Amino acid sequence: MSTPPPKPKTRWHIAVFLAPAVLVYTAVMIYPLFNTLRLSFYAEVDQERIFIGLDNFRTLFGDALWSEQFWNALANNTWFFVIHMLVQNPIGIALAAILSSPRLRFSALYRSAIFVPTILSFVIVGFAWKLILSPIWGIAPGMLDAIGLKFLYAPWLGKEEYALTTLALVSVWQFVGIPMMLIYAALLSIPDEILEAGECDGITGLSAFWKIKLPLILPSIGIISILTFVGNFNAFDLIYAAQGALAGPDFSTDILGTFMYRTFFGFQLQLGDPHMGSAIASAMFVIILIGVCIYLFGFQRRLRNYQF
Amino acid sequence: MHKARSSLGTTIAMHGVLIVYVIITLFPVFVILINSFKTRRAIFRDPLGLPNEETFSLIGYETVLKQGDFFLYFQNSMIVTMASLTLILLFGAMAAFALAEYRFRGNTLMGLYLALGIMIPIRIGTVAILEMMVATGLVNTLMALILVYTAQGLPLAVFILSSFMQGVSDDLKNAGRIDGLSEYKIFFRLVLPLVRPAMATVAVFNMIPIWNDLWFPLILAPAEEVKTLTLGSQVFIGQFVTDWNAVLSALSMAILPVMILYVIFSRQLIRGITSGAVK
Repeated sequence: MSTPPPKPKTRWHIAVFLAPAVLVYTAVMIYPLFNTLRLSFYAEVDQERIFIGLDNFRTLFGDALWSEQFWNALANNTWFFVIHMLVQNPIGIALAAILSSPRLRFSALYRSAIFVPTILSFVIVGFAWKLILSPIWGIAPGMLDAIGLKFLYAPWLGKEEYALTTLALVSVWQFVGIPMMLIYAALLSIPDEILEAGECDGITGLSAFWKIKLPLILPSIGIISILTFVGNFNAFDLIYAAQGALAGPDFSTDILGTFMYRTFFGFQLQLGDPHMGSAIASAMFVIILIGVCIYLFGFQRRLRNYQF
Repeated sequence: MHKARSSLGTTIAMHGVLIVYVIITLFPVFVILINSFKTRRAIFRDPLGLPNEETFSLIGYETVLKQGDFFLYFQNSMIVTMASLTLILLFGAMAAFALAEYRFRGNTLMGLYLALGIMIPIRIGTVAILEMMVATGLVNTLMALILVYTAQGLPLAVFILSSFMQGVSDDLKNAGRIDGLSEYKIFFRLVLPLVRPAMATVAVFNMIPIWNDLWFPLILAPAEEVKTLTLGSQVFIGQFVTDWNAVLSALSMAILPVMILYVIFSRQLIRGITSGAVK
């Protein structure tokens, strides 16, 4: 060790402060992320890992067996997302709008109660709804019977045409608390002067919501949209807990997360294939990246103009 | 004050909507809990009835406690959650302090690098994470889960904590420097105590997803002795599908710890979200 040259002394403490976080983050998150992308260009032949270029992707998109499953999962995942956007976020906004009205009593109590499902695990939520909707137990048919709508009942989770929508709605039920809270916070941060100025011009009640509050909370709506997008396109737990890795009936609830799990980990007689799994993970990565970029460059930039 | 006539109607309507929604929210949890205390016959004959002397039974809980190792699972979940939270808070606060306090080359770049992980889910890298854990012999250990959850929680923690640390007064830190405190002492003695509220917010945000995660325990630590409560109840329920008493009791037992945590921390959690920490 020679004596260091006389330059401004190195501030070692900065490195010491940064090192643990950067090391763990790089080693356990960033490196595996890129390693997974890399592995999607490899395959195992005779117990050796060889580079095969884009072949995995050719199989994934070209081979009918694989591509059918992939597009099915992607279509289901998109529908899953659409339901969240159409049901979860509007309900969340409506609840937040009601909760944020001044002089509403018990609002803290309502908020805490509506947030309860969000803290439960998917395993609990998945099984609880499975039991409640089950034709064996008869809670759902019994309740529909009580209001004279028994003909509406079907074993929703067991029918191909309803299962995915039902699970999406269960997920909406679970996560409505998050958009509600974020929008509620945004509504509270709107300055009173703006609302009072509106009142002077005769804009109150519902029209105040549509004309003043809604444009002002658009940035928060953007945030909940992108959170929903990322959350939905890497969802897995609820489908796995309720329908198993096969995402039945007949793959009708299969989404990208369950598809990747099955491919990578294997199920029943099919062996797991980490390289095809990586290829699916790469596809998910690209999808999420596109969504995030659309949000960051298309949406958020324009929304900035609305902020005060 | 203004328009008292219509506002009474509006208030009633608002409470009506909220009460209906709260019922929709709590009903499934309520049904699971009451039925876990009933005999099998009562569960099917009168699913919505409260347990009474005739129908009360703890048979489900007996099965769960006899068959499943729930205390072990609970302990594993506790260790994983607590250790991950400690590491996220310690490492996250240290990095946040470095980014917020010092001007050095690459500061912005480092901040952006650490922020990448806020939007990109760590699950995408699962294949390589598993390979790495197998190679290092960490598979089927709680350590594997702790490392993954720490990496997952760090980006948001650094982001939230550094914005709070920018608000800590410079005079205070400079006074410390004049008194001869080292940078480490300034961080641990002066800054950390001041950002405690932000640390609590970060802790509460991370606690629930870690406790509830199914994906990583399933892939990295499925062995019996390292199962977390979430994975343990999933497997248990899968095995006892037809034993409704046991399933309902297992669900109730899985709900209980989270509910207790929620009751303790709900104020912190809601304040954290509504204070705009995630904006």
